[in-house]
Amino acid sequence: MSNQGKMDCGRRRLVVATAAVGGVGAVAALVPFVSSLLPSERAKAAGAPVEVDISKLESGQMMTVEWRGKPVWIINRTKEMMDTLPKLADLVADPKSDKDQQPAYAKNDTRSVKPEIMVVVGICTHLGCSPSQKFKAGTEEGMPDGWLGGFLCPCHGSTFDFAGRVYKSKPAPTNLEVPPHVYLADTRILIGEDKKGA
Amino acid sequence: MAGGTFEKYKSDGSLAGNALEWVDARFPATSLWKGHLSEYYCPKNFNFWYFFGSLALLVLVIQIVTGIFLVMHYKPDAALNANGVPIAFASVEYIMRDVPGGWLIRYMHSTGASAFFIVVYLHMFRGLLYGSYRKPRELTWLFGVGIFLVLMGEAFFGYLLPWGQMSYWGAQVIVNLFSAIPVIGSDLSLIIRGDFVVGDATLNRFFSFHVIAFPLVLIGLVAAHVLALHETGSNNPDGVEIKANKDENGIPRDGIPFHPYYTVKDIVGVVVFLMVFSAVMFWAPEGGGYFLETPNFYPADPLKTPPHIAPVWYFTPFYSILRAVTYPLFGLDAKFWGVVAMGASVVIFAFLPWLDRSPVKSIRYRGPIYKSLLTIFVIVFFVLGYLGTLSPSPMGELVSQICSVFYFGFFLGMPWWSRMDKFSPVPDRVTFK
Repeated sequence: MSNQGKMDCGRRRLVVATAAVGGVGAVAALVPFVSSLLPSERAKAAGAPVEVDISKLESGQMMTVEWRGKPVWIINRTKEMMDTLPKLADLVADPKSDKDQQPAYAKNDTRSVKPEIMVVVGICTHLGCSPSQKFKAGTEEGMPDGWLGGFLCPCHGSTFDFAGRVYKSKPAPTNLEVPPHVYLADTRILIGEDKKGA
Repeated sequence: MAGGTFEKYKSDGSLAGNALEWVDARFPATSLWKGHLSEYYCPKNFNFWYFFGSLALLVLVIQIVTGIFLVMHYKPDAALNANGVPIAFASVEYIMRDVPGGWLIRYMHSTGASAFFIVVYLHMFRGLLYGSYRKPRELTWLFGVGIFLVLMGEAFFGYLLPWGQMSYWGAQVIVNLFSAIPVIGSDLSLIIRGDFVVGDATLNRFFSFHVIAFPLVLIGLVAAHVLALHETGSNNPDGVEIKANKDENGIPRDGIPFHPYYTVKDIVGVVVFLMVFSAVMFWAPEGGGYFLETPNFYPADPLKTPPHIAPVWYFTPFYSILRAVTYPLFGLDAKFWGVVAMGASVVIFAFLPWLDRSPVKSIRYRGPIYKSLLTIFVIVFFVLGYLGTLSPSPMGELVSQICSVFYFGFFLGMPWWSRMDKFSPVPDRVTFK
């Protein structure tokens, strides 16, 4: 590079410029690789809404349907289950559903469109396990005394009530998510969309 | 010795001699052989603890060879087959039942995974015993920590592949950990999964990482680890530098060539290791539910989490530390700090060369403070590991919190307590009977 100890500054600038342009090119070459890691068009399209018939769902029963690869629970809550909800206002972290975990039409005391029918994504908001049913009040194994019934996440012990509201001081930061859903008829629910025929 | 210059081979006129001379003029065959084996001088006082480096290399070879053969039959596909079973899960069952010898190859691979961590943990413990990470071997140690990290990634990716219940929900939990990172978290976990839930995209990319990307990095790091070691020469149970005392030929007086002395010694270790390895592989391949967890014999079901999920045993100490963090701090929730604590508990090993300020390297010449703290550290590591296999409980949470505080205290307090100890004089030469 240098002749007789003298540096050719013009040539050095060219070397620096070449390296810089090459560096930009190398970084730009990363773009297709990183973007290929994002969900594909097919994965994005797979979130189609699911239509569910709940005419056979008896009072006190729960059914699970798959929506976007996640379990969605539909619970036909009994009167006893519904009666537990007001009692828990002081024990759950977000009794009024202030955090944005539900569409506006489910931001109410029962977190549902129809009071007795609960539609909720059965994925714990902590690390994504699916909580187990602990419906029996007081008698369920491993549950604390005075348990009123609800759900227990087997991974890190978060507990939820019959409206999917998380108890205080549990790892899960928020209530379970209520998915967008709409009643197409009295016993037919479309999960994943808000408007009929949309 | 490595990096030193060795004379090129001069043929004795025989055919083999001529061939070697021809090669040597074009490739540093003699130089590599002498520099890393026949004239690489190791301290003559290596003991039991010095088996585990070469055993780790052996297990790496076992994993690569068995892996190559498993890939011939395994299918990374989460779609359901005609029987309603995920294809990936079914292909593992196919390997176990229908591929001739397939069960043995798979058990070699699954036992090898646990064996890898056993020998690596013992290898790292040797470093703690004899101060192997101290100057001038800091880079050897850092490459080693890199190997450990890559190995953890490799094991995590591999565990998803059988697409069982534990595979699925374990991956679900670990990937969701990344979503706890503020700002970039949810995008990061989306990039890792390649979908909004753990699914086919996740399985395929984990397969790619497990069989191509991480093994390549692993082999590169292992080469760097060995090259760095051979540049400085090995430490030994006395923690004295054998290069400080050389004879008139420049050979350390306490050194013996790696080959044949330690190659032969290591063969003894290999034989004993393979006996234990085979015993586990043939009689207890599930390792009592610790090597292969029971829920993983059920195909992945995205709608139902098994009643008790826990990581494989080699992750449980760090998993316990994750669970021990239950308080939010600085407006960030406990989940985030748990992830930070878990990451820190692994990465903190990298700082050991600079945390340890004791004037001597080896535990032989260190005093009661180090001996007792190291003993407690090992106990704490086991307790954390055990708690990590259990369901969460208030008692377990408290114990894991106490253990986590000690775990970090051991490292972070080291600059002070490592200096305060009572040391005994270090000999000039290695002690050898």
